[in-house]
Amino acid sequence: MDLGLMISSFPKLLNATVVTLKLLSVSLIVGLFIGLLFAILRLNKNIFVNRFAYGYSYVFRGTPLLVQIFIIYFGLGQIESLRSSFLWVILKEPYWCAIIAFALNTGAYTSEILRSAFQTIKPGIIEAGKSLGISTKIIFYKVQIPIAIRQSLPAYGNEIILMLKGTSLASTVTLMDLTGVAKYIISTTFKPIEVFIVAGGIYLFMTFIIHNLIKFLEKKYQH
Amino acid sequence: MELLAFGDTGWGDELFRATLMTIAVSITAMLIGFSFAAIFTPLKLSKYKSLNIVGNIYTTVIRGVPELLVIYLFFFGGSGAIMYVASIFGYNEYIEINAFVTGSFAIGIISGAYSTEVFRGAIQSIDKGQFEAAKILGLSKFSQFYKIILPQMLRLAIPNLSNVWQITLKDTSLISVTGLVEIMRQSYIAAGSTRDPLFFYSFAAVLYLLLTFLSMKLINKLEVKYSRGH
Repeated sequence: MDLGLMISSFPKLLNATVVTLKLLSVSLIVGLFIGLLFAILRLNKNIFVNRFAYGYSYVFRGTPLLVQIFIIYFGLGQIESLRSSFLWVILKEPYWCAIIAFALNTGAYTSEILRSAFQTIKPGIIEAGKSLGISTKIIFYKVQIPIAIRQSLPAYGNEIILMLKGTSLASTVTLMDLTGVAKYIISTTFKPIEVFIVAGGIYLFMTFIIHNLIKFLEKKYQH
Repeated sequence: MELLAFGDTGWGDELFRATLMTIAVSITAMLIGFSFAAIFTPLKLSKYKSLNIVGNIYTTVIRGVPELLVIYLFFFGGSGAIMYVASIFGYNEYIEINAFVTGSFAIGIISGAYSTEVFRGAIQSIDKGQFEAAKILGLSKFSQFYKIILPQMLRLAIPNLSNVWQITLKDTSLISVTGLVEIMRQSYIAAGSTRDPLFFYSFAAVLYLLLTFLSMKLINKLEVKYSRGH
C-alpha cells in the first residue's frame, strides 16, 4: 500500500471532481426538462406523438451510453452540413458532446420515471380540481406536476446516482473528469488499488450525499 | 450496405463475431455475478451483524463506484494480483490474463452486486410461513432451500433479474477500453479504418437494441414458465 501516492493524488482527484460535478449538474438540469417534455408527450392521446416519445426512451434506454457518446462525438462531425453550421461550435467540443449525450440519456430515463408518476395520480384529484372550476392548465401545473415530482423522488434519486457514475464515460472522449484523472494516475504509476480507493472513495462520498439529500426531500414533501 | 458485406470487402463477419463476443461476455459475467450473489445474499440476510456489514460493503461500494473505474482496477491490477499470488507459490514469471477473463470478471462483480440485491429482495418477500412450513416438514436444510425457497425466489426474482441482464449487457460495451473485440471495439476499428464513425456506431446501437429486444422476449417466456399457478 503506497500511502504517499494516495495522499499526493488526492488533491488532483479532487480537482477533477469539479469537472465531474459540472458534467453531472448541467446534464441533470437539461435532462430534467427533456424528461418532463417526453413524459407529457407520452401521455398525449395522438398515437404518433405517443409512439415517437416511446421510441426515444426505448432507443436511449436500450443502448449503452458509450455508443451514444461516440455517435455524437465521433459520428456527427462527419455530416458536412453540420460542420459548416453554427452548431459546430458546440459539437466540436468534447465537453458539450458529453453533456448532450448524458442529457439525452438521463432524459429518457427521467421521462419514464415521470410518466409512471403521472399515471399513478388518482383521477379523483384531477376531477376534484375540475369540479372546482379550475382550468386544466392550472390543474396540470399546480396539482399534477407537484404530485408527480413527489412520487418520483426515490426513483429519480437512483437516476442521479446512475448519472453520476455515467459521467465517468466522459473520460473516453478525452475529458479529464474524476475517472479520467484516476486512469491517468493509474497508467503512470501502475498502482491501481491505491488510486481506486481514493477515487472510489470520492464517488462513494458523493453517492452518500445524494442519497441523503433525496431522503431529506422525501421526508420534507411527505404529507 | 457494402460496408457490411461478409468476407474481405466488408465488416459484416467481423461485426457478427463481435456480437457473439458481446453475448459470450454478458452471459459469463452474469454467471460470475450469480456466484457472487450466491455468496453475498446469505451474508446480507445472516443474523450476524458482522456478516451483514461484509455483504453491505460489497453492494454499496460496487453500486456507488463507476463501472469504468472498476474495469480499470481489474485491467491494470488483475495481472499484478495474480502474479502476487503466484509468487507466494514460488512462480515468478510474468503472467498476463486475457481481456476476456478480466472483462467478464470486472463486469461479473458489478452484475453480482445488482443480483445480490434482487435475490435479497426476493427472499425477503417470500411469506415467513413458507420457511416455517419447510422446517416443520422435517426437510434437511438443503432441501428446505432447494425445494421450497429457491423456486419461489426465482419466480419473484426473474422480472428484476431481467433488468440486471440489461445493465450487464450494456456494461459490456465498457470492456472495449481493454481491447477485447466486442461490438464497441469492432465498431471503433471499423470506424477508424473506413472513416465512417457515424455509420458504424449507429449500427452498433442497432445491434445492442436488437440484443436487448430479443433477450426481453426470451425472458418474458421464462417469466410465464416460472409463474405457473400464479
